[in-house]
Amino acid sequence: MAGKEVKLMKGNEVIAHAAVRYGCDGYFGYPITPQSEVMETLMELKPWETTGMVVLQAESEISSINMVYGAASTGKRVMTSSSSPGISLMAEGLSYIAGAELPCLIINCQRGGPGLGTIQPSQGDYFQACKGGGHGDYKLIVLAPNSVQEMHDHVALGFDLAFKYRNPAMILADGAIGQMMEKVVLAEQRPRKSDAEIAAEYRDWAVYGKPADRPRNVSTSLELQSEAMEKINLRLQAKYKAMEENEVRYEAVDCDDAEYVIVAFGSSARICAATVEAARAEGLKVGLLRPITLYPFPTQALAALAARGVKGFLSVELNAGQMVEDVRLAVNGKAPVEHYGRQGGMIYSPDEVLQALKEKLINR
Amino acid sequence: MKETIIIAGFGGQGVLSMGKILAYSGVMQDYEVTWMPSYGPEMRGGTANVTVILSDRRISSPIANEFDTAIILNQQSMEKFEPLVRKGGTLIYDTNGITRHPVRDDISVYTIDATAECAKTGNAKLFNTMILGGYLKVRPIVEMENVMTGLKKSLPERAWKMLPENEQAIIRGGEIIRKVR
Repeated sequence: MAGKEVKLMKGNEVIAHAAVRYGCDGYFGYPITPQSEVMETLMELKPWETTGMVVLQAESEISSINMVYGAASTGKRVMTSSSSPGISLMAEGLSYIAGAELPCLIINCQRGGPGLGTIQPSQGDYFQACKGGGHGDYKLIVLAPNSVQEMHDHVALGFDLAFKYRNPAMILADGAIGQMMEKVVLAEQRPRKSDAEIAAEYRDWAVYGKPADRPRNVSTSLELQSEAMEKINLRLQAKYKAMEENEVRYEAVDCDDAEYVIVAFGSSARICAATVEAARAEGLKVGLLRPITLYPFPTQALAALAARGVKGFLSVELNAGQMVEDVRLAVNGKAPVEHYGRQGGMIYSPDEVLQALKEKLINR
Repeated sequence: MKETIIIAGFGGQGVLSMGKILAYSGVMQDYEVTWMPSYGPEMRGGTANVTVILSDRRISSPIANEFDTAIILNQQSMEKFEPLVRKGGTLIYDTNGITRHPVRDDISVYTIDATAECAKTGNAKLFNTMILGGYLKVRPIVEMENVMTGLKKSLPERAWKMLPENEQAIIRGGEIIRKVR
């Protein structure tokens, strides 16, 4: 951090700063607690006066995501943000964007559900983010920041991965990470890509106006010929396989000698890091495996821990048990896998998690 | 050094801002900092609280089991947070509106009558910085120079004309805080 200015910011605020500095071309959004500071901060920053980035409040989330769809088709770096109920409204658009193989960034600052639920933090949208949400066989790249600095860093990472794979990427945060203030170091301002650069780099797919020397590009998710559609499906699946092989990211804390491993992401992982400290202070060999990418999921890392003889895994989530299913698939019966969660916007304390770990695994 | 503080009271008392000044002061002192607010309907006329952690190490959980210090500014918060002060910790409260005073004898208890003091001068806007001054008197975890820089950083430029009054309020808070036990 030497030489760089340290700022104190909310997770939601830093998303806005990171987007402008990354050279994002456009944000289309609609306000909803607990993520409204993303657009509020963009409106304060007025990037249309500096980088030329467009910031637009749409009339609904459905409009937002379809504005993203349209703008992403042109090869621009575009994004939206919302919270759980708003993301549900975007589900159709997400499926279309994934089907049309377009890069974009979506931020879901989760709140409790179902329905309008609560405005307090939750991780109840794991299934929605990682298992579809919209219809059809598609995947989002899903990133789970656990700090304000990672909220910042994942904007660049999300865009980079989205463009690498021509696939929508989602930052799956929650009300706690979005509302919390921490120290952050902001990236240097990067220029937005010029139209010439976009035409050169995304010539094969972007719809920026047809030049004479190539066939027309069509941005669509529609293919009525089954033989052709299946080829598209297989190409998508091959792409997802490549993501699974190349893009898994996770953090392992004290896992080397751990007898019990907590699996947690985002704000939960921060709480569980304190649980691990408390457990170690009691002489209990507990580790934390924190998926940074929820899709692709760190299946191999968990399988390796199970193969090494870890006695039990506790998936700690602010929901009724969602990621635990992926942990079970990874562990594949080699050790007990339990879930501990709170819902409705309630958050566990580090001690509460340690208690659950003892009851469900260590002392049973 | 690690200090976990809960500041709790009514929305409008400047609870979140007080936490923000403290957090910025911590940044100025090169501490790691987290500021975790209650948000949403609680802020609008109901109770509001913020957890601030200052530490010389990386902060794992922004959610705490218990607090080193609780700054309590209404009765509901007294009920909720007095039991969550760690043994040997500190509880600071403004007696205004408090119907049931703290009962624990395993913590240090202080009162600061900032509501009454602000009423004398007629400037209720200085309430939260006065409370902060009282806190820093009994828990001098941040140097005053860093607090003043933190105060400036946490305010928008249009409010900088209020800085001298707030600095005076911080000092006055340190003078009027009283140890109960």
